[in-house]
Amino acid sequence: MAYRWKNDLTRDHATPHDVYVNRRQLIGGALGLGLIGSAGMARADGDALVPNSYEDITQYNNYYEFGTGKGDPARNAHALTTAPWTVVIDGMVDNPGDYSMAQIMEAMTIEERIYRLRCVEAWSMVVPWNGFELADLLTLAGVQERAKYVAFETALRRDEMPGVRFPVLDWPYVEGLRLDEAMHPLTIMATGIYDKPIPNQNGAPMRLVVPWKYGFKSIKSIVRITLTDQEPPTAWNKALGREYGFYSNVNPNVDHPRWSQATERVVGGGLFSGRQPTLMFNGYEDEVASLYDGMDLREFY
Amino acid sequence: MLTDRINRVARKVPTWAVYILCLIPVPVLLYMGQTGGLGREPIRALEQELGGIALKLLIIGLCITPLRRFAGVNLIRFRRTMGVLAFTYVALHLLVWAVLDVQSPGRVWADILKRPYITIGMAAFVLMIPLALTSNNRSVRALGAAWRRLHLFTYPIAILAALHFIWLRKGFQLEPLVYLAVILGLLALRVPVLLRKVVT
Repeated sequence: MAYRWKNDLTRDHATPHDVYVNRRQLIGGALGLGLIGSAGMARADGDALVPNSYEDITQYNNYYEFGTGKGDPARNAHALTTAPWTVVIDGMVDNPGDYSMAQIMEAMTIEERIYRLRCVEAWSMVVPWNGFELADLLTLAGVQERAKYVAFETALRRDEMPGVRFPVLDWPYVEGLRLDEAMHPLTIMATGIYDKPIPNQNGAPMRLVVPWKYGFKSIKSIVRITLTDQEPPTAWNKALGREYGFYSNVNPNVDHPRWSQATERVVGGGLFSGRQPTLMFNGYEDEVASLYDGMDLREFY
Repeated sequence: MLTDRINRVARKVPTWAVYILCLIPVPVLLYMGQTGGLGREPIRALEQELGGIALKLLIIGLCITPLRRFAGVNLIRFRRTMGVLAFTYVALHLLVWAVLDVQSPGRVWADILKRPYITIGMAAFVLMIPLALTSNNRSVRALGAAWRRLHLFTYPIAILAALHFIWLRKGFQLEPLVYLAVILGLLALRVPVLLRKVVT
C-alpha cells in the first residue's frame, strides 16, 4: 500500500546540503555582522515552504532521554546502540513476536515524504523523511478485528541515555494512536532523512511521523508496538494531562494553557525570522479532518 | 587572611569595570546569534541566555550581604551594581521576547494578561523599575531608611523570577528548581536578622 499519498511539498527549491554550506560560508564571510544573518540564508525563497537544511533538522531536537536542551540530543545521542535492533509487535495481532530491523526494512517499501513538522512549543520545520506507511507494517503483523488503538514505546537505556537519570517524564516514553489514525496514508515510520539513515537524535532506527499532530506524538526509537482495544497512556498526558491530550492535533484555535498556538516560527530563519500562521491540522485538513467528524476538538485536545 | 586580601582587592576595583565586564556577554551573544553560535533557533536561545544571566546576577546580588555577615567579605560596593546589571539583562530579555520572538504588540499584551508565567515575569520586571531608578547615590541619601525598605523588594522579585523559570519549562526539570532552592536558601539566611529588627 505504499505511495498512497503524493507529496505536495517538493525538494526542488531546497538548497542541496553541500551547496548550502559553501554558500553560507561565502555569504557569512562577506556580510560579517550584517543584518542578513547567514543562518537566514537557509530559507532562500523567503516564506515559501521548502525543506529545512539537514543541519536544522539534526541539530535542533526535542528528545528528552538525551537532555532537555535543543542541542543535547545532537551532542549525546551518539551513545545509542541502534544495531542490532528489535521491535516487539504484540497485543491483538495475528503474528506477534520480535521483528528485527533488517526484517522490517526487507519487507517495507521506502519512499520519500516531505512533511511539515509542528512542535507543540510553536516552532516548525519541513522535513524530507524516508520511510514506509505504518499501515504496511501493521498489515504485516495482522491486525485483529477487536483492536482499536496502537500503543508505542521508546527504548529505555539507562547507560546510553543521560536524560533519564532525572524523572522529567515517567520513562520509558510512550505514545498512542487510534487505529484509523495509525492506518491513515499520511502516517509513516521514518527510517531516513534526506536519503540518509535517520540520525540517532531524530529517533533512529525507526520513529513514527504523524504530520497533522504536534511533534511529541511522533515517538522516536520504537521498541514496542502493541495493538489494543483500550486508549493507551501517553507520556506527556501522564506528566501534564491538562496541557497535553491524547489527540494533540495541530490546532491554531485551541491554545496551549501557557502559550498561543495561533502562529509558529520556522526554525533556521536566524535572529530576525518572522512568524507564520499555524494551519488547521498542520495543513493536512483535507486529508484528516474526517477522522474527527462530530468530535469537539476543544474537549478532545 | 584570604578575606583581607579579597577585601583589599575589592576596594581597588572600580564599579565601572564591573559594569563593563558583566555587559561583555551582550555583544558576544548578539554576534553568536548572527553567526550560528546559538544554534538553529537563535531567537529563543538569546531570550533564554539573557534571562538566565539576569537570574544569576540577582543571585550574586543576594549573596553579598550574607558574605559580609558570615564570612567577613565586604563586597557591599557592588550590591547595587549587581542589581542594576540584573535589571539591564531583564530589560534586554523582555525586549528580545517582545520584538524578536512575539513580534506584535497585541500578542505581547495578550500573553502578559493570559499566560501566568509571563504575568509573574512581567510583575518582577515592573517591581524592579523603582529599584533601578533609585540605584544612585543621590536617591540613597535622599531616601535614607526608606531606601533600605524599598530595596527589600529584591526578595519577592527573586522568588518571582525563579517561579517564572520553573513554570516555563515543560515537565519536571531539575535546573529551575535548583535556582529556586538557592534563592530560598539565601533569603532564609536573612530571617534571623529581619526577626531581630522586628522585635527591637
